[in-house]
Amino acid sequence: MTLWLLVRRSLRQHLLSTIVTALSLSLAGGLLMTVWSLKTQARQTFERMDGGWDAVLGARSSKLQLVLNAIFHLEASPGNIRPADLATLAANPAVKAVVPLAMGDNYLGFRIVGTTTNHFTDHEFAEGRKFRVREGRVFEDGYREALLGAFAAQKLGLKIGDEFKPYHGLNYASKPSDNVQHEEIYVVVGILDASNTPADRVVWIPVAGIQNMAGHDPATAQDVSAALVKLRDPAAGFRLDQLYNKQGDRLTFAWPIGTVMAQLFDKIGWFDSVLTLVAWLVAVVAAASVLASIYNSMSARRRDLAILRALGARRRIIFTAIIAEATTIAAIGAACGFLVHFALLFGAASLVRTQTGVVIEPFQPGWVWLWAPAALMGLAALAGTVPAFKAYDVDVASSLSPES
Amino acid sequence: MSLLEIRALQKGFRSPDGHLQPVVDIPEFSLAAGQAVALAGPSGTGKTTFLHLIAGILTPDAGSIRIDGQEIVGMTEHGRDRIRANAIGYIFQSFNLLQGFTCLENVVLGMSFGAGANPARATELLRRVGLGDRLHHFPRQLSTGQQQRVAVARAMAGKPRLVLADEPTGNLDPANAREALALIRETCTENGSALLLVSHDRDILGAFDTVPSLADINRAARPQPARA
Repeated sequence: MTLWLLVRRSLRQHLLSTIVTALSLSLAGGLLMTVWSLKTQARQTFERMDGGWDAVLGARSSKLQLVLNAIFHLEASPGNIRPADLATLAANPAVKAVVPLAMGDNYLGFRIVGTTTNHFTDHEFAEGRKFRVREGRVFEDGYREALLGAFAAQKLGLKIGDEFKPYHGLNYASKPSDNVQHEEIYVVVGILDASNTPADRVVWIPVAGIQNMAGHDPATAQDVSAALVKLRDPAAGFRLDQLYNKQGDRLTFAWPIGTVMAQLFDKIGWFDSVLTLVAWLVAVVAAASVLASIYNSMSARRRDLAILRALGARRRIIFTAIIAEATTIAAIGAACGFLVHFALLFGAASLVRTQTGVVIEPFQPGWVWLWAPAALMGLAALAGTVPAFKAYDVDVASSLSPES
Repeated sequence: MSLLEIRALQKGFRSPDGHLQPVVDIPEFSLAAGQAVALAGPSGTGKTTFLHLIAGILTPDAGSIRIDGQEIVGMTEHGRDRIRANAIGYIFQSFNLLQGFTCLENVVLGMSFGAGANPARATELLRRVGLGDRLHHFPRQLSTGQQQRVAVARAMAGKPRLVLADEPTGNLDPANAREALALIRETCTENGSALLLVSHDRDILGAFDTVPSLADINRAARPQPARA
C-alpha cells in the first residue's frame, strides 16, 4: 500500500511528464503490437486463403503469379490455356473439380472475371461454406448477366437490375478518357453475401462473356486465363506437379497454394524485420524517455526522498518505488497502446480488405497482447534503475532543510 | 535504564580551507524513558546536527549512542533506518511535510515504515490535533499552525519511544507556539514517549522545569577563549 501511495503521488506530482512519457510509450506499444499482429495475421490469412482450391493451372509463369492472379485477383494473367489442356486436366482421375477463369476486363477498377456457375453452386470456398447469394440469383451461362461480390457491389453502388458496360483491361486508368469501354451491356442479376475472401471484390460473369467480348482476339476465344483445381486426394498434387512443371514446358501447376503464399512471405520477410526493428527502436527510445523524465525530476524530489528516509523508509523501498513508478508509466502507456494498436490495425485492415478482399481481424487475440506490454514494462523498469540508483544514494542530512 | 545514552560523541565538518570544525562534542548525555527535556541553544550551536546524530541521519566521528540499549554507532544504514522507523518520531523545524501528499497520507507515511500503515489511527490522530476536517487537504492548503499539527501527528503516528523536536515552534506565532508545545507534550505523555526538544524560544523553554543550555553539554558549542 505504501509503495503504491508513493508511486501514485509521484505520478500525480509530475503529471505532465507522466502523460507525455506514457503517450510515447503508448505509441511504441501500439506500433509494436500492430506490426506484429499484422504480419502474423496477414501471413496466416494469406496462407489459408486458398478459396477452397488445391491448385491453380495456368500458362507457364511463376507459381506465385498464378496464385495471385487466380486466387487473389491481384496480378495479371501470364497467358492463356487452351480448351484441350482444360479437358485433359478435368479428365485426370485425381482431379475432382475444375473451374475455368477468364480475365481481361474491369468495371471502374473492379476486376471482371468469367467463370462457370458451379463455382457458386457446388464449390465450398471454405470447409462447409459455399458462396451464398444475398440478393437475386447466379448469372446464367450464355447471358450477359453479372453476379457481384459483396464488396464490389457496395463500392460500385450497383443494385439488381442495374446495367453497366465493362472496360477493357484489368485496371481502370485514373484519367477516364484513357479507358476503353466495351459496347456489351451487362445486367446485375445477383449480389453475393460477404465471404471475406478476394471473391468479394470481383464482378463475376459467364466465362463466355469474357471470351466473346468485342475487341478480344477471336483466335483465343475458347481459351481461359487459368483453371482452379480441386483434387480428390491432395497427395495427387505431387504427380501433377511433376507432370506439368517438370515434364511439361507450356503450363504451370501452382500447388499447394498455401506453400506458394508462404514463399511470398518468406521473400518479403526482410520487410517484416525492418518494421519490427523500427517498432523496437521506438520502444527503446520511449523507455529512454522514462529514464530521462524521472532522472530529470530527481533534483526536485531530493527533499521528499530525504524526508521519507528520515521517516524510516529503507533505501530499497525508495529504489523499488522509482522502479515501480517507471513500470507504472509503462503500464499506463501499454494500456493506451491498445487504443493506438486497434486504431492502426483498423486502418491497416481496411486497406488490406480494399486492396485484396482479405479480412484482418483487429480484435483477434494474440500472444503479442501479453508479451508486448510485458516487454515494454520490462524495458521501462530497466530504464528506471538509473534514477532509482540516484534516489538510493540521496544524502538525507544535506537534503533536509533548513538546519539550525 | 536510560532510553537514550550518549558517550563521548563527536562530530565535525570540514571547512572550505580543510580545517576540521567540531560541531558536536558531548562527553555524556542521557534521557530516561518518558522523560521530557528541553535544551536551549541559539542558531549555530549544533542543534540539528545533534538530533540528526541521535536519529542516525548523520554518523558521528567518534562516540557512542545507545537507544533502548541498542548501539547505533557503527550500525548499518539499514539498521539505522529501522531504528528511525520503529523508535523515533522527528518533528522538524520546517515541518518537512511531503507537499504532494495529503495530511492523512503524511501521517500514514509516518507509521508506514515501522508500525505499519494504519489509516484509522492516522485519522484519529489528526482529529486529536484538531484537523479532522482537513484530512484530505494538502500542506499548502493549511496555515503554518495547522502544518505544525500535522507534523506532530506524523511524529507520533508510530507511537515512538523517543520524540526529537528541532525548533518545533520556530515558524509559529507565540499563541500557536504555546498550543503546539502543549500538543507535543500531551501526546508524548499519552504515548509514554520521551521528548528531547531543542529551541532558542524563551517562551517555549519556560514551560519546562529545568532547561540546560546546549552549550552545557556540548563542548563544541561553548564560546572559544580569545587567543592571547
